[in-house]
Amino acid sequence: MDALILQILNGLDKGSAYALIALGLTLIFGTLGVVNFAHGALFMIGAFCAVTLNRLFNLSHEVEVPGETDFLGNPLMRDVPYLYDIVGESAGAAIIDWSVPLAILFAIPIMIIVGVIMERGLIKHFYKRPHADQILVTFGLAIVLQEIIKYYYGANPIPTPAPDAFRGSFDFGAMIGFDPNTIIYPYWRLVYFCFSVVIIGAVFAFLQFTTFGMVVRAGMADRETVGLLGIDIDKRFTIMFGLAAAVAGLAGVMYTPINSPNYHMGMDFLVLSFVVVVVGGMGSLPGAVLAGFLLGILESFASMREVINFVPGINQVIIYLVAIIILLTRPRGLMGRKGVMED
Amino acid sequence: MSKTNLTRRGVLRTGAVAGAGLALPTYLSAASHSGFTNAPGDSTVTLGFNVPQTGPYADEGADELRAYELAVEHLNGGGDGGMLPTFSSKALDGTGILGRKVEYVTGDTQTKSDAARASAKSMIEKDGAIMITGGSSSGVAVAVQALCQEAGVIFMAGLTHSNDTTGKDKRANGFRHFFNSYMSGAALAPILADNYGNDRKAYHLTADYNWGYTTEEAVRNSTEALGWETVAAVKTPLTQTDFSSYIAPVLQSGADVLVLNHYGGNMVNSLTNAVQFGLRDKQVNGKNFEIIVPLYSRLMAKGAGANVKGIFGSTNWHWSLQDEGSKAFVKSFGTKYGFPPSQAAHTCYVQTLLYADAVTRAGSFNPCAVVEALEGFEFDGLGNGPTLYRAEDHQCFKDVLVVKGKENPTSEFDLLEIVEVTPRDQVTYDPSIFGGELGTCNPGA
Amino acid sequence: MFGLEKKDATLLLLVAALTIFAPFLLNPFPEGSAMAQFNAGYPDLMQRFVIFGIFAIGFNILFGLTGYLSFGHAAFLGVGSYAAVWMFKLLSMNVLPAILLAVVMSGLFALLIGYISLRRSGIYFSILTLAFAQMMFALAYSVLTPITGGETGLQLALSDPRILDGGTADGNLPVPGLFGLEMRDSAQLELGAWVFTFNIGYYFCAIVMLLAFYLAIRIFRSPFGMMLRAIKSNQQRLNYTGLNPKPYTLAAFVISGMYAGLAGALMASMDPLAGAERMFWTASGEVVLMTILGGVGTLIGPVLGAGAIKYMENIISKINSDILHGWFAFLPDGLEDFIVAVIYPFIGKGWHLTLGLIFMAVVIFLPGGLVEGGQRIARAFRRKKPDTPKSAKTEPAE
Repeated sequence: MDALILQILNGLDKGSAYALIALGLTLIFGTLGVVNFAHGALFMIGAFCAVTLNRLFNLSHEVEVPGETDFLGNPLMRDVPYLYDIVGESAGAAIIDWSVPLAILFAIPIMIIVGVIMERGLIKHFYKRPHADQILVTFGLAIVLQEIIKYYYGANPIPTPAPDAFRGSFDFGAMIGFDPNTIIYPYWRLVYFCFSVVIIGAVFAFLQFTTFGMVVRAGMADRETVGLLGIDIDKRFTIMFGLAAAVAGLAGVMYTPINSPNYHMGMDFLVLSFVVVVVGGMGSLPGAVLAGFLLGILESFASMREVINFVPGINQVIIYLVAIIILLTRPRGLMGRKGVMED
Repeated sequence: MSKTNLTRRGVLRTGAVAGAGLALPTYLSAASHSGFTNAPGDSTVTLGFNVPQTGPYADEGADELRAYELAVEHLNGGGDGGMLPTFSSKALDGTGILGRKVEYVTGDTQTKSDAARASAKSMIEKDGAIMITGGSSSGVAVAVQALCQEAGVIFMAGLTHSNDTTGKDKRANGFRHFFNSYMSGAALAPILADNYGNDRKAYHLTADYNWGYTTEEAVRNSTEALGWETVAAVKTPLTQTDFSSYIAPVLQSGADVLVLNHYGGNMVNSLTNAVQFGLRDKQVNGKNFEIIVPLYSRLMAKGAGANVKGIFGSTNWHWSLQDEGSKAFVKSFGTKYGFPPSQAAHTCYVQTLLYADAVTRAGSFNPCAVVEALEGFEFDGLGNGPTLYRAEDHQCFKDVLVVKGKENPTSEFDLLEIVEVTPRDQVTYDPSIFGGELGTCNPGA
Repeated sequence: MFGLEKKDATLLLLVAALTIFAPFLLNPFPEGSAMAQFNAGYPDLMQRFVIFGIFAIGFNILFGLTGYLSFGHAAFLGVGSYAAVWMFKLLSMNVLPAILLAVVMSGLFALLIGYISLRRSGIYFSILTLAFAQMMFALAYSVLTPITGGETGLQLALSDPRILDGGTADGNLPVPGLFGLEMRDSAQLELGAWVFTFNIGYYFCAIVMLLAFYLAIRIFRSPFGMMLRAIKSNQQRLNYTGLNPKPYTLAAFVISGMYAGLAGALMASMDPLAGAERMFWTASGEVVLMTILGGVGTLIGPVLGAGAIKYMENIISKINSDILHGWFAFLPDGLEDFIVAVIYPFIGKGWHLTLGLIFMAVVIFLPGGLVEGGQRIARAFRRKKPDTPKSAKTEPAE
């Protein structure tokens, strides 16, 4: 029992990442009808927003450490961030410590700009083109974006820790009456889960309760008619693309303390998030979220020792196996509509 | 079916001429002229540096390439000579190899065995490379080593840690200076017992591929011999990025040590996750919970950041070693590039020197002569103390470093500290235990 | 000729001429010159050109004709390689049984996977094929290590039985061959500063590719091919006419899977090692890129696309900063450094960047791929001759 609860918890935060990326993908697909293979790259760029902000805070000048030498025998230089000079050492250290949460503010405008540029500069020209062309051009873009990041940041993962206050874990099992140490859960993963629930809720509320959202939903259902009503649907779709980019970017920012970001993290998520979207049903936002959490939890279950011992290698294939079964039993995914992407 | 009793080469040559060249008899020369593949001309000799330039190990590859460029510079008499003066063999004099200027070509392995072989083949077939070296994973090393055996050139392995490279998949034309899983286990176990006691319960997370298997086996065997118990060993997919669901159940199992048989991105992520789950703050069975990483590399330590503090592992070489060879190498590498070399850079540099030296001592570039010169070669002054290139499996035997993540690093390169230098005798094993056949050297066409 | 229309026969002869003279055509620069870096006429790369050409031709039979986008085709290539290497290990180093088994095995796998995946269409079909291929990759890399060799790949060993060859005599591994002709053997022709290499393996692959190409033309032109095109253009209408498209699509899927298996077997024959990475989704993506880059639905396009991508991978990735400095050494120092700094991100370790940019450029400006590019150039030339009546008409390149 405790083992199951443990894996459901793990599945939830794995699922949060899947759900957030899949949500953005579905937003773009549902509104613009574009299959965006560069969406993983947006997630990655978000993560590197956090890295960049951390680096900006850490911009330093060198100070000689008296009496010590470096590996070549030269005087040892220690880096002192300019931030320390500006706001004082303790405040500076606190800002650097909180750089990941602060990066949210930093990332939102950047991601929206990146998204809008992408849509206006490239995607716009592909609305009428076949899906295969869209996939190829966005895949090309994804490669270009990740190579640019690699050029400047290297291929090695870059540690970007969470604020001290959120490091370590708490004993969830002890709180609900299990033996100590049976269910432990890191603080930051709880933050990530809550964060993603908030974002998902915000996106749904935005679409459901604002006029803007209503128009976009109407556009998703029947673009032509909305256009005939004299509404500039294109502009709204651009904004939606920016929004989807921001969702992916924020998912990336908050993900950095969980795993050190590297330039290919977007590609690592890309295929999985596509599977998630398709399992959820192309074009269905609730489907994407549901499938994200479902696959996250199933993946966690499949990685349990007892399960692996029973079916060796199941942890390697579970997601794909589930995807196959769902697609064969529910032709359009969990919540997909008929006729979407079937030609 | 295709086997005849004629001499093989004879049939081939006839076949080659008949098959491809009937129309062009005059200028045609069958591939052999000098008795071995890619015999160099009188003025230059070409080496092939095959390293990962794209993909997750690109930074490690870049460091390897720096070391190779440095080695070429030193072989050609440039720079400060690096480890040439400290090397116990004095055959090399900075005039290239056998009087020929050393040139090199580079290629991208992409850390995929197919791509690595394609790249190595192009070096051999197109650029006339006489020796291939490099690589940052065992899959690639084994694949390229087999290719070099078939093509008849020498392969000097770069960073490859699996037992297989000089065990079950060894080849006569292939040589490895880097240490292996077995040595890691043998070197680590006593230190672990000293620090953590003989009564420990270990939980292994193992990357689900060959290197992971051999490392798990090595660490298990050597720790179990000292009284540890292995509670469980769970295999994790290579493509896994989030290890939470593998790490969360560790505490429940009653284990008090977690061994991460992971490398590269896997290791960075699994260690980060393990620290995130607060494993190191826990007390189990009345003991502090500990984490072990059998194979450390500086780039991985950098990726994992502060999470490596206090965590034991093993490494082939570290720049803080204070012997003359290491000091000379660190000085010349650091002066040129501004930071200390990694263990991957070190092993690649040393391999290049060893090859050049073997050619010089043999007086020939013929791979069979080189193999003969390297087999059983005893040397010193290249950073690891007295070292033997064992004839039976072409594996180097030398001291192994047990290291620990440093508590207070002074720079981004100063992440590991040496805990113990495990002497060579302690990590030497019987060459027959891993099976495989060396075969005979192949000089190619 | 060969039961082909004149236009197709010309195309076939053109391709035949290109492949036969490839060792000359791909080595246009003299040995030792700075431009020799761009020579591609060495056996390994030439072999790869034609092998991936076969792979892409086969993929195009499925994707180009029926419109079904398989995102897991590399799995069949992997199956073919494994089957071929196992034949080398168990039976004989002769390539024919290896190729035979590889084609049969990949056909069987394609039949199974196709039968299941073709129950869905559109992106659902793509994801199903992707899922199968990823499962096969993951299992081959890990739990199936005893069969596949796992990370290090499936290799020959001295201790293999090789029943027909009677084991291994000396301490070196045997080489795949065809009745005594070793695949790796080459002959070289030196003409002045030029060196041309003629490799048995290459010519063997080239012949196989020509056969595969010929078969593809026949399929494209057959009633079966018409049927496949009908499926692409309007499956519903086909249903209404009382025809069941499923067997046709499945046949196309199996044929293209067998082409992939053939390509895999040839890869193993040129270089007897089969690695699991061959089945990774990026490998499947690569053949999609090759086909689209060259021109979907055209006969020659996929071959061109395959050549272009393999050329980039093998040639551009080998240019390092030293070589760049060598090229621009004639310039004044400051300018040299500047130009090298500008170009450097795109070559060597940056070859992925160049690849990504080229994909984007081709898709944006040449939706019909390289073939369309060629047509546009041809049209531009033709326009200069106003007396040609057909100048305005575009011919599909098929």
